[in-house]
Amino acid sequence: MADTLEMIGKEKLLALLRNMLTIRRTEEQVVKLYAAGKVYGGVHTYIGEEAVATGVCAHLRKEDPVFSTHRGHGHALSKGVTPREIIAEILGRVTGCSGGRGGSMHMFKPEVGFMGSSGIVGPCIGLAAGTAYSAKLLKLDRVGVAFFGDGASNNGLFHEAINMSSAWGLPVVFVCENNMYATEVPFAKVAKVQDVAARAQSYGLPGVVVDGNDVVAVYQAAGEAVRRARAGEGPTLLECKTYRIRAHSEGMRDAGYRTADEIAAWKGRDPIKAFQARVVDSGVASQAELEQIDAEVKATAEEAVTFALNSPMPEPASVTAHVYSVE
Amino acid sequence: MREMTFVDAAREGLAEEMARDASIFVVGEGIGARGGNFNTTVGLYDLYGEQRLRDTPISERGFTSMCVGAAATGARPVIDFMFIDFMTDAFGEMFNQMAKLQWMSSGRLKMPVVVRGCVGVGPSNAAHHSGNYSPFFMHIPGFHVVMPTTPADAKGLMKTAIRSDDPVLFLEHKNLLPLKGPVPDGEHLVPLGKAAIAREGKDVTLVGIAFMVKQALAAADQLAKDGISAEVIDPRSLAPLDIDTVLASVHKTGRLLVVDEDFAPCGAAAEIATQVMERGFDDLDAPVKRLNGLFCPAPYSPALMQNLLPTPPTIVQAVRDLLAE
Repeated sequence: MADTLEMIGKEKLLALLRNMLTIRRTEEQVVKLYAAGKVYGGVHTYIGEEAVATGVCAHLRKEDPVFSTHRGHGHALSKGVTPREIIAEILGRVTGCSGGRGGSMHMFKPEVGFMGSSGIVGPCIGLAAGTAYSAKLLKLDRVGVAFFGDGASNNGLFHEAINMSSAWGLPVVFVCENNMYATEVPFAKVAKVQDVAARAQSYGLPGVVVDGNDVVAVYQAAGEAVRRARAGEGPTLLECKTYRIRAHSEGMRDAGYRTADEIAAWKGRDPIKAFQARVVDSGVASQAELEQIDAEVKATAEEAVTFALNSPMPEPASVTAHVYSVE
Repeated sequence: MREMTFVDAAREGLAEEMARDASIFVVGEGIGARGGNFNTTVGLYDLYGEQRLRDTPISERGFTSMCVGAAATGARPVIDFMFIDFMTDAFGEMFNQMAKLQWMSSGRLKMPVVVRGCVGVGPSNAAHHSGNYSPFFMHIPGFHVVMPTTPADAKGLMKTAIRSDDPVLFLEHKNLLPLKGPVPDGEHLVPLGKAAIAREGKDVTLVGIAFMVKQALAAADQLAKDGISAEVIDPRSLAPLDIDTVLASVHKTGRLLVVDEDFAPCGAAAEIATQVMERGFDDLDAPVKRLNGLFCPAPYSPALMQNLLPTPPTIVQAVRDLLAE
């Protein structure tokens, strides 16, 4: 185990930690803003699932397009969208990454390869496959990535796009964040086979199951999937088993479909705390070093709130701009 | 000038653009070596190969979504649905992604996709191979919709559609595909949003949609024998709609009949009539009239098709009624 950490190296390990903390601390601010009534629309947090986006995106370059979900803050932050741009977007400001057009569910920053979170479950799978098709056609060294949940895996597009990607050897990684519930419908009640990755066999691509709360495990599995894609060896379906700690959506009643014991058990497997302990125990970094990182990240998240609250609203007349490429 | 069929002219436009721009690729069922059910891609596979003429599984939603992803990242896909009815399985991807990504990304993503497919009620084509659907897309911000009716416009609008950075629905009426007409040599582009006056006249304006332009022209021939001079307008683009050309005609004639084989409620004719009433009310000597296909799915038996669609005689009668107002 210590060998694994050694192989990854201190710098990368601390970068993984910093990224997970950036997601957590930014979303904690969002939760507070929501509770204070400052958020206009729906917000889905990624708290508890940070290891997935972190471990995958650590292998991506700016030009590798990532297509995300309704629970997309973590993907956006991992791809290089800033806490300022995230919080400003959620507060409907012109300084948000979508200029206030989208809010939590419609974040875009193609400049860093973040191709959008989405209010519809599933499309990211086909879009990532398509970006891989264009990469191959245009001979660009680019890997497409789709993040999606267990919910999307029961959508027809999952099967159609993965089948075509495999048939045509496209450079794409399909990352299923299996958090066990599609909104509030348990995966166990709507699928006979509990491993989404097992479906890969039907389409002739590797299907890998990994502990989605273990950032090192995700990092290693994603590294192989991205390497394969880049080398022209085709797509991979990577299933990360994880858990959403908060309600499906902020302000939503979180009862009747899962137990308090289950939530408590998964809280005990917090990906950030587990990784911090591992880093300290293995002697990679000291507790003080980790606290220093957390303090910096917290300050950045808090400053992002101030920035967002002080940012102007978008111009009302701009709402009809960009319906077409030429006005 | 050369004479060629509608389908050959559209294919020539596609072939010229594919030669010019290597980022263009076509997807569809049987559009590869076979050349397309309607011969839309005959000969292109030999020139450009599998990567650019991609035969797909019957996964309309899947390949449409993939084309959206490809278009957002530098490629220029042409989706060949064969029959436009098959597009309905992909409607969510078209409505929620293709049409909205430019707006949602504040113009940072482009969406150069051409969606083509045959429309129209054909003989005994029945309920699943006869759709028109153009009003669906006129209703959605983000789409252009073109319905050329001549071979020259088929070529010119195909080339313009491919060069557009916006999604363009290129709808081809089945009855028009084999019809021949003159097509200019060399580079020929037809702008989006520009109607054509198919026949000049002074007593009444007929706006035809797709194949109904031909039917309206036949009706105009008939009316001319009785000394009635009908002007026939072919909008060519339904979105954007060139209402100015219609208004200028109505200014001259004072009377407007819109003929569309598609359904009346919320259709192209409803939109044209409303815009003319909003902006050309003072020019109207009679209420705007529309003539549509019956409000039911398309049937199989020839007997059931008898009264389904506007025909030259029913158009002639509608014009007489309009002139009697």
